[in-house]
Amino acid sequence: MEALSPSLKTRESELVEQARAGCKEAFYRLVQPCERALFATAMGILKNEADAEEAAQEAVLMAFTNIHRFRAECKFSTWIIQICINEARLKIRKARKHLYESIDEPENGEDGDYFPRDFADWREIPSEGLQRKELREALQHAVASLPEKYREVLILRDIQHLSIEETAQALGIGRGNVKTRLLRARLQLRDALAPGIDGNWTLGRPAHAKVRAW
Amino acid sequence: MRVIEISCLEVWKEISNYIDNDVEPELRARMEAHFKACAHCTAILDGTRNVVKLVGDGMEYEAPEGFSRRLYDRIKDK
Repeated sequence: MEALSPSLKTRESELVEQARAGCKEAFYRLVQPCERALFATAMGILKNEADAEEAAQEAVLMAFTNIHRFRAECKFSTWIIQICINEARLKIRKARKHLYESIDEPENGEDGDYFPRDFADWREIPSEGLQRKELREALQHAVASLPEKYREVLILRDIQHLSIEETAQALGIGRGNVKTRLLRARLQLRDALAPGIDGNWTLGRPAHAKVRAW
Repeated sequence: MRVIEISCLEVWKEISNYIDNDVEPELRARMEAHFKACAHCTAILDGTRNVVKLVGDGMEYEAPEGFSRRLYDRIKDK
């Protein structure tokens, strides 16, 4: 587990103590640094701004109500992200239930190996390329197209930069599972983007023409 | 020391851990020897690494305008 520095830890436990006593101001000071992470996590799962905001807000209110359950075994941010993931998942389940009634989502095999599909040489895309709208959109589409459980891990690890341990805690899964899912997410993302890489990410050309359909 | 060879399949399984610097030194050495000889795996490594960097640098879900204030208000009203 990534340890908080002693002074930060004291600060956090003081605020938790005050929040437990019902101090909303103290609670908000705990929440504020993770606000963006909460929204991003919910957005990554729900792919819709309004739903993501609602899930993030509900997670925060739920955290406030349940602050007495917070044990300092993990950081406050990991704990509240965990609640937010559950809220977002709940929303997805509700929406699906509404759409398909009793059809349960089939559990995808977790451990089947994923083999890369594209072996073409990769021309590196510098991060400055992200200023181009088509690349940002392609990236967003590729992430959105990942199955939920891979997307969750990718968002926590590669976008929010949580450690393996924190990701495991937030998702309530083992470290081994985090690594397996992350591997799959990354390889699939690469495959989804690879066909657009071989020189087709230049301006002025239809960037999506060579990108695999999502 | 002779490095024991490793297959492409084994490399793919560990490529994400390799990027995260989360493999034992011995395995790392075997993978590095493999990358030197295998263009396919090197292409996969480069691409995956690039994707991880792009996602980290470029994927931001900006909270909508007023998000912070609305959140604060909801806590206050609770």
